[in-house]
Amino acid sequence: MIERFQYDNRIAKNFLFITILWGAVGMLVGLYAALELVLPDLNLVKWITFGRIRPLHTNAVIFAFVGNAFFAGAYYSMQRLLKTRMFSDVLSNIHFWGWQLIILAAAITLPLGMTQGKEYAELEWPIDIAITIVWVVFGINMIGTILKRRERHLYVAIWFYLATWVTVAMLHIVNSFAIPVNFGKSYSWYAGVQDALVQWWYGHNAVAFFLTTPFLGLMYYFLPKAANRPVYSYRLSIIHFWSLIFIYIWAGPHHLLYTALPEWAQSLGMAFSVMLIAPSWGGMLNGLLTLRGAWDRVREDPVLKFFVVAVTCYGMATLEGPLLSVKSINAIAHFTDWIIAHVHIGGIGWNGFLVFGMVYWMVPRLYGSKLYSIKLANMHFWLGTLGIIFYAIPLYFAGFFQSLMWKQFTPDGFLVYKNFLDTVLEIKYAYWLRAFGGTIYFTGVMIMVYNVVKTVKAGKLVANEEAEAPALEKLSAEPAGHWHTWIERRPIQMLVWSLVAVAIGGIVEMVPTFLVKSNVPTISSVKPYTPLELHGRDIYVREGCYTCHSQMVRPFRSETERYGEYSKAGEFVYDHPFQWGSKRTGPDLHRVGAKYPDSWHYYHMLDPTSMSPGSLMPAYPHLFTDVLDTSTTRRKVEAMITLGVPYEKDFPAQANTHLADQSAKIVAELKKGGIEALGDREIIAMIAYLQRIGTDIKNAPKTAAK
Amino acid sequence: MLKFIKHHMETIDGIGLYPVISFVIFFSIFLIALLYVRKAGQSHIEHMATMPLEDTHTPNEHQEHARP
Repeated sequence: MIERFQYDNRIAKNFLFITILWGAVGMLVGLYAALELVLPDLNLVKWITFGRIRPLHTNAVIFAFVGNAFFAGAYYSMQRLLKTRMFSDVLSNIHFWGWQLIILAAAITLPLGMTQGKEYAELEWPIDIAITIVWVVFGINMIGTILKRRERHLYVAIWFYLATWVTVAMLHIVNSFAIPVNFGKSYSWYAGVQDALVQWWYGHNAVAFFLTTPFLGLMYYFLPKAANRPVYSYRLSIIHFWSLIFIYIWAGPHHLLYTALPEWAQSLGMAFSVMLIAPSWGGMLNGLLTLRGAWDRVREDPVLKFFVVAVTCYGMATLEGPLLSVKSINAIAHFTDWIIAHVHIGGIGWNGFLVFGMVYWMVPRLYGSKLYSIKLANMHFWLGTLGIIFYAIPLYFAGFFQSLMWKQFTPDGFLVYKNFLDTVLEIKYAYWLRAFGGTIYFTGVMIMVYNVVKTVKAGKLVANEEAEAPALEKLSAEPAGHWHTWIERRPIQMLVWSLVAVAIGGIVEMVPTFLVKSNVPTISSVKPYTPLELHGRDIYVREGCYTCHSQMVRPFRSETERYGEYSKAGEFVYDHPFQWGSKRTGPDLHRVGAKYPDSWHYYHMLDPTSMSPGSLMPAYPHLFTDVLDTSTTRRKVEAMITLGVPYEKDFPAQANTHLADQSAKIVAELKKGGIEALGDREIIAMIAYLQRIGTDIKNAPKTAAK
Repeated sequence: MLKFIKHHMETIDGIGLYPVISFVIFFSIFLIALLYVRKAGQSHIEHMATMPLEDTHTPNEHQEHARP
């Protein structure tokens, strides 16, 4: 019996338009952050300092731009692949508005400095809970739609959507465990090495399962659609799917090579990262070969042009990623701008261009009209491509050469560039070029906005598109078939198996790190932070210092020479959250404690160029005017005790007394340097923390630190 | 029971077994997938592959989509 029904185009349209809006905002914030690196005066007020808007940029482009684009494409393609309307319009709308409110909350709280201090997971716990709820709503809606489908088999795009949903749910929940201090502040459940491992298991798989698998699903739907021919090899897509989700989940530790993470975990991450080349390139070739015999159309159709560059960038980034996971290459590239270039090949190349292609394909169809101007779309394509090139190439150069400068020794065995800042100033030109590339790319996006507005004005939204399909007949008996044919009909089993696939990787990496005692050798001289230092550390996290400074001296001579003793796993056992960082725009800070007098930090935070002429670091005048909020001291110490930090039982009650004593000492120390400082200001806590970092190990008796 | 969980895997001895187990699982899944795609019927594969192109068509009846 043929059934008539309607596709819900409005929800796809809503997600698509909000994608464009948030994309523009996120890119603009990125552009501003890029300019702050060359013009530090742009750090006008505390809410827009680099350390606060860099997380805003990353969260906006990942969760607002790419996230909404995935939802737009998924809502459009799922209904058509399953021959049914979405399970519930109400859930679709809750999903839409809930997600936008979360983004709005992020846009407000991140500049206010409310952050958990873990990359791409910065949002504080109330927002984390909201994300979980909205994600579940999306899941119910998606699975509900699958259950009421009129097509027996699930197309490969849907598997990618399912794997995305289940894995992101798992990653988000595991990584976000935290103990709240108040509504806007919490401490990560994990500490030090374990926190680092969980975070990069999450961080890497956010790339894998938020930026890659959903977009592969979109690729498998929209590329054949735009090319009007089936995917090159459906068989390959099956292999692509299973091997990709199985291998990806393991690769996280490649973000932690040469760190204090146990060696076996590093090797495991590296091995699986290298293996990733195979499924990734299988997917890329599957995409590109879909166009075989149709390359003449690529010349004319801007949609296909965008898709070709997107898939090519996917191939480039996924070849580069495994290479960067090889320890000897990682030793050069890690902490440099090379990584920034790498992620932008993925971000603005793969994700960005796939979204643009999708926009140009979907908007005319949703509005029953033709694209306003192919010429403008082509112009956008070329501006975008030039933008990627101008963005990435200078940063590749910068990253490579800065790293070599860090490692360069004179024949007598001294560092050639003793002052870290000298290596930064050498690559400042690249930061300018990058900002230029970003500007070109953004201009292209603005042209797209104009084109879309014009297209929309010329047409009328087909909010409910008529469709018909026969009802799905109940199978009376199990027909003979292969296991995959079997699983293609059973979405719930598919979901469970995907979860099993991704959970194994996580469990094998994490459980031993948590349980094996020898993985984190204890260092008896490492003590918990004092209340003042704890406050200082929270300010360090709030200001996003980790976006430019690492706290991880790797065991290379070039690093021990520059910074001091390399970092040990046992030094971080009280670090909730860990602050190892992933990028050195400024020098590593793990051995900064007791390196300079208090007065140096005082002047440096007030005006970095006074101590380091030419410094690109923002000034932090608000630390000198804002009074430290000591009303939370007790709760913070109590939260730490809950997390297992060994403070004395009666310590929370005396915490503020202890804090006042330590503040007085720092004020007295500053006075010796001729500075009249106020003891109740945030800067005092900041100095206390900076002077403490990485110093405990120096007090260690020789035998304990083995 | 709790004792078992608490003191399990405190040392690194024998830890190599875990990655080996998971590798075996991964590799068998990979092999099964490989085996399946080799054996899957051509008409089924074609039906699956042409799905995105059949938005306006009726499903479940295998349309002949000539591969270019």
